[in-house]
Amino acid sequence: MSKFLKLLIPAAIVAAGVGWVATAPQTVASDAFADATGDVERGKQVFTAAGCASCHAAPGASGADKLVLSGGQEFPSPFGTFIAPNISPDAQRGIGDWQMRDLANALLHGVSPEGQHYYPAFPFTSYARMDDRDIVDLWAYMQTLPPSSDASQDHNVGFPFNIRRALGGWKMLFLNTDWVMDGNDLGPDLTRGRYLVEALGHCAECHTPRNVLGGLDRGQWMAGAPDPSGTGTIPALTPDKLTWSAQDIAYYLETGFTPDFDSAGGHMANVVANTGQLSSEDRAAIAAYVKALPMPDTADAG
Amino acid sequence: MKKLVTLVAATAILAGTAATAQDYKKEIKARQGLMQVIALNLGTLGAMAKGQMEYDAAVATAAGESLQGVSMVHFASLFPEGSDGGMIDGTTAKDTIAGDVDGFNAKWEAFGLAATKAATEAGNGQEAVGPILGALGATCSDCHKSFRIPQ
Repeated sequence: MSKFLKLLIPAAIVAAGVGWVATAPQTVASDAFADATGDVERGKQVFTAAGCASCHAAPGASGADKLVLSGGQEFPSPFGTFIAPNISPDAQRGIGDWQMRDLANALLHGVSPEGQHYYPAFPFTSYARMDDRDIVDLWAYMQTLPPSSDASQDHNVGFPFNIRRALGGWKMLFLNTDWVMDGNDLGPDLTRGRYLVEALGHCAECHTPRNVLGGLDRGQWMAGAPDPSGTGTIPALTPDKLTWSAQDIAYYLETGFTPDFDSAGGHMANVVANTGQLSSEDRAAIAAYVKALPMPDTADAG
Repeated sequence: MKKLVTLVAATAILAGTAATAQDYKKEIKARQGLMQVIALNLGTLGAMAKGQMEYDAAVATAAGESLQGVSMVHFASLFPEGSDGGMIDGTTAKDTIAGDVDGFNAKWEAFGLAATKAATEAGNGQEAVGPILGALGATCSDCHKSFRIPQ
């Protein structure tokens, strides 16, 4: 079977199976977020924990330039190359003309102000679990960032993945906002850690393997995955592979040093630049979550 | 004269062949050894920062001085073209090092500055060690981000 057909068939199944109506973008209520006022300082913490700048800053930006969210970084994947857009408060080229509810729709539903589906390279699959208050505060903080007049570039995604409407079907299959680590009596540390890991930090987007359509395999949650760029692997955080103590994990998130005093590289260096700015309580909460991860399912391992 | 030229040419060819046959084993061993020396001394400082080892000004200073010593090695010379992880196994060096020696040197110098600070300030007390490690760690990950193949 040709590569083209291999790609076409699953896309056709998705498109035909779920239908046009079902793929319509969902949004928050039109009066939602209308009266909310955000706390800029708190929003900065949300912004840092969510790692927005790691992907939306210009390629190679460092220092204060990391807060200029001009976009331009490329994210190669089996479906094509995604290019992070300008989300600075510039009214023409960024999101300066958005309302707060537009940001809420982007984060919670993966939908643009024009009612188009976003590609899940933007991790709304994780951000969909965000608290409303965090969105309000994040919006307030993002208004304070410097505008950039750089134009967003089109993603380089071929047929059939360039049919955005089909992403409605993808969302029906894979946009699942249930917590993966479930249970109501997790305690304050694990509950906070779960929020930081599964919602803001969107750790699973890289650390969990994906199926052929790019959906996260929840049975292999945090079990490690091939690097989407095609070279290297993203390490497992599950207890069968990661033997670090909670203190080791928290120290790594603070300094980038492993217990052997190797240091974080690749995209994880960006992550550590963010987690290093969180409170030590938040880092400890993330560490507690990681230590509480179950073993991956053996049935579909491999 | 002709004989001499032939001899030089033959030697050059042999030397070239030898370098290929060795797969830059010596360079790789040397640079990985230097990384190990760095990791060991960071480990000493880290244990003190975390409170796993009792703070000792002399030991901390020695660790800082060792880091400074390592930083004086001309590190880029240990990454000749073709000795990267794309060409041979057993190394995670990117081929971009040979193509951007100036950029690589700048990052190594940044480590040198942080290491010099470590040598002079690690003896100032336990509370000085954390920030020293933070500064060193930033230079480690900054360079790894650019020049190391993610594992």
